[in-house]
Amino acid sequence: MIKALLSRLKQGYRTYPFPAKEPVMPERFQGRPALRPGNCSRCGECVKVCPTAAVTLPEGRLTLDLGKCLFCGECAKACPAGAIAFSNDYRLSANRRADLELTGRETTLAEALGKESRRIFGRSLKLRQVSAGGCNACEADTNVLTTLTYDLARFGIQFVASPRHADGILVTGPVTANMRAAVEETHAAVPTPKFVIAVGACAISGGPYAGHVESADGVDKLLPVDLYVPGCPPHPYTILDALVTFLGRRG
Amino acid sequence: MDVELLTIYNGWAADLAELPRLSIDDFRSAIINRVARGGRLAALFGLPRDGKLDLVAVLAFDRDGMLELASAPVGSSYESLTPECPQAHLFEREIAEQYGVVPLNHPWLKPVRFHHSSTAADAWGRAPDAAIVPGVTDFFRVESHEIHEVAVGPVHAGIIEPGHFRFQCNGENVLHLEIALGYQHRGVETRLTAGPDARSIHYVETAAGDTTIGHSLAYCHVAEALGRCSVPARAQTLRGVALELERLANHTGDLGAMGGDVGYLPTSSFCGRLRGDFLNMTAVLCGNRFGRGFNRPGGVGFDLEPRHADDLRRRLAATFKDVKNAVGCLWSTPSVLGRFDGFGVLSQEMAIDLGVVGPAARASGLERDSRYNFANGIFQFKQIPMATWGSGDIFARGYVRWLEIQHSTNFVDNLLDSLPEGPVKAIKPLQPAPNKIAVALTEGWRGEICHVAVTGEDGRFLRYKIVDPSFFNWMALAVAMRGQQVSDFPLCNKSFNLSYCGHDL
Repeated sequence: MIKALLSRLKQGYRTYPFPAKEPVMPERFQGRPALRPGNCSRCGECVKVCPTAAVTLPEGRLTLDLGKCLFCGECAKACPAGAIAFSNDYRLSANRRADLELTGRETTLAEALGKESRRIFGRSLKLRQVSAGGCNACEADTNVLTTLTYDLARFGIQFVASPRHADGILVTGPVTANMRAAVEETHAAVPTPKFVIAVGACAISGGPYAGHVESADGVDKLLPVDLYVPGCPPHPYTILDALVTFLGRRG
Repeated sequence: MDVELLTIYNGWAADLAELPRLSIDDFRSAIINRVARGGRLAALFGLPRDGKLDLVAVLAFDRDGMLELASAPVGSSYESLTPECPQAHLFEREIAEQYGVVPLNHPWLKPVRFHHSSTAADAWGRAPDAAIVPGVTDFFRVESHEIHEVAVGPVHAGIIEPGHFRFQCNGENVLHLEIALGYQHRGVETRLTAGPDARSIHYVETAAGDTTIGHSLAYCHVAEALGRCSVPARAQTLRGVALELERLANHTGDLGAMGGDVGYLPTSSFCGRLRGDFLNMTAVLCGNRFGRGFNRPGGVGFDLEPRHADDLRRRLAATFKDVKNAVGCLWSTPSVLGRFDGFGVLSQEMAIDLGVVGPAARASGLERDSRYNFANGIFQFKQIPMATWGSGDIFARGYVRWLEIQHSTNFVDNLLDSLPEGPVKAIKPLQPAPNKIAVALTEGWRGEICHVAVTGEDGRFLRYKIVDPSFFNWMALAVAMRGQQVSDFPLCNKSFNLSYCGHDL
């Protein structure tokens, strides 16, 4: 017992004062891409190297779909004109699928819920997590939010065991054929009003599994999604920022 | 006298023409004899060739550090290996599901991942358009009015991947546990076989996302063997750093979770943070906490600047100090040890029979570690001690992890201290040679990862086979649960901490 108490003293207080203080991202972290369409010569090198067709040139306009992007950075390396660069910005979430398509103009971040929803959920949001073909990276970086570094519970957000106790589901993975029924049933078991949150490239678009017969190519192919969190996997602060912003707890 | 097989080292490629094509009877007895003499089935899979199917076996000899390969054409059925060589059980089920080839007299022939066969034949006689419902199979049942059945999953209580567990219980006592997986099946092998292409590396990085470095390293070794490419020493060293950081993160997380599952919260909460500190070190290497983008055929995607190397060494020392303190609490708390000691025992005989790998095998006293037995990459130049324990219980699986945390910390510190100079990428571009077979074994944190690639005339893959350590070890978990109580399951499960997606692919 004494040893545990001494350890507690030694290990110290470790919760990061987010969102009051901005987190420090790793130097090489590849966050929100910064597009400079003016530099683009439409050579198409970026399109050729992209593993998930996230980068496209529809009508010659450089477009990067954050929902498909694996943040591998191959496009930025391939671009001879410096039209694509990845910034250190970890804030990536959006409410609408279309808002994830970047063209270099000002982009829309996730918005908070409406006033009435905020009154109900703003200080207490219970989520049921469903992994539906995820590789355990998105799952791990969602789970890590419950550790003391992030301490998700201080925002009133909690992961619960039963969908009956939940206000929504947080889905990871492309939704495999073998998990489709389980996702639908879990969602149906959540009382209304309810939310669906898609975390990671797979849950948004199928990610690297897009187009496979075993994949539904994202949860919005079967359920309406309220919040998209891009990344492969998203950094824990990307997910935390998305949830806290969604609840209107962050400007 | 036994037939001679193709002998290669780990990370080598051989001409496909050299791969012996035996009769199925000779193939069968060659495998059974070699496994009886201490060999181990590292992989057994179907290889479609000229419209027919060959079976290919990769046998690993831990003591000699050698691999033996053989193949045999197979018809619609053959005599199952499993009754005489139990470690073939899941491979044979997998082949039956993928190609409709029936292993006759297989004692446990059930689907593995619940999908249709890639050929016209179906091992269970299902129509090509029949719906296949995951988790619906012929479960083993113990019949008595005193027996009750507990069914859990696919969706579990925590943030965890899906799987279905059926317990046959007499009161609290578990007579039998059957594990049905396949919910995570997303076609990794099928699509990899169409490569190599821009997505290939992303499939291996997400084959089991918590083992991104382990799997991508095996892929790189295969690609480099096929491309006859020599990887610079600096890249080999950095790969070693990344592989051991992955082990440190996961072992630390597992020890914390094992503490949590016996209600000992100090270690659980300390280790939850410390695991993240190791992941953040991987992010220093490449920007991603799981090592995405780090291993690339021919080298690594990122060099390490001296100030980053110093930063890593500082962080490693500080984190290790805290891990030592946090994990030390487990070993000095009688109520924790009381739940770890003697529970969930996997006997050494059973571990051998099932072909168990990784910390689970070493906790049952087996000297089985591909970093040592099949040294490749950095491990050819620098050795890391192998950690074993003999009791095979939950304590042993925890304690082996703690020993490995100490070894890996020293190893990484040593590598960072003596980083060789030079480039981090090979100069020669990689073009896979045609008509080759290449095998790579790497020791991921869960155990041995085996990748096998076969190339065709055009240098493209004819078959890409992945064996995740969980493929062997799920059965070990089921066996270790026999005679335990239902309430021991979460702890026992955590002591193995197996991958669902790595199994389901």
